[in-house]
Amino acid sequence: MKKYVKKAFIDTLPIMAGYIVLGIGFGVVLKSAGYGLGWALAMSVFIFAGSMQYAMVGLLTGGASFLTIAITTFLVNARHLFYGMSMIEKYKDAGARKPYLIFALSDETYSLVCNSDEGRDYYLLVSMFDQIYWIIGSVIGSLLGAIIPFNTEGIDFSLTALFIVVYTDQWLNTKNHVSAIIGIVASVVCLVLCGSDKFLIPAMISIMVLLFVMKKFCIKEEE
Amino acid sequence: MNWYAVIAIAISALVTVSLRAVPFVAFRGNKQLPAFVDYLGKTLPYAIMGMLVIFCLKSTSFALTRGWAPQLIAGALVVVTYVWKKSTILSIVAGTACYMVLIQIVFR
Repeated sequence: MKKYVKKAFIDTLPIMAGYIVLGIGFGVVLKSAGYGLGWALAMSVFIFAGSMQYAMVGLLTGGASFLTIAITTFLVNARHLFYGMSMIEKYKDAGARKPYLIFALSDETYSLVCNSDEGRDYYLLVSMFDQIYWIIGSVIGSLLGAIIPFNTEGIDFSLTALFIVVYTDQWLNTKNHVSAIIGIVASVVCLVLCGSDKFLIPAMISIMVLLFVMKKFCIKEEE
Repeated sequence: MNWYAVIAIAISALVTVSLRAVPFVAFRGNKQLPAFVDYLGKTLPYAIMGMLVIFCLKSTSFALTRGWAPQLIAGALVVVTYVWKKSTILSIVAGTACYMVLIQIVFR
């Protein structure tokens, strides 16, 4: 376990930057909607899904029905179904760590563990560190309110940059790029056709369909 | 106590963890995964990462230079520095700093 602490910490530094800033943003917004520290903590501990927590602020203040909340959560987080499917093998022997690993499988955690062979202790540390950063961020945001000493506009690009790095790294380490291209093309087409609020589910479905239709090309030369 | 918010948060938490857990529960105990899950497990990560990149860039707009140039320039910088140095930290710091300068100063 010990030898992974340093590696997990260094690997999650970019996520720390992004999560603390986005977490602060969430804490600030939630506070201004009338929900203080305890609520920020509860949501970051129990939900732990960034974009959904932002969406929850609007749902709570608008007094949305429980059914609306359930459906919105499903639509916003449906992409997580994907993550589990590609982590079944990796998390197979995780033992007692498994429930938490599954609970904490966020976009950013997934982007690190899906490429790693370091083993279950490393996966656990990455998952825990990431959630801790997120909790710290939302607590700071809730406490400080809008008093942030410097202009952080654009710092959330760190998470975009992280995904671009992982994408590039996967590209450099494989010969077959069909799946990588399908991901980009299907998402862009669905974004243009369906708009930014509604494109994720169509994108996921078309990715699955295309992966099966083009199976012959996707497994060729796969290493 | 605001029970409305408590229940709302509980529902959202339950749906989120269920989505994360469904694949693990559905294929629990299978020694040999069904071929299609095995296939998706191997190929999906590449496509998903592409989808996440687009997801992050979804509010890109071509109406103003400010709406697309910063992410294009900063994104290209991330790719180029990564191919060159293979350092995750370097690429993310360079890309983010570049994006912040562009959005806060250059394309104000």
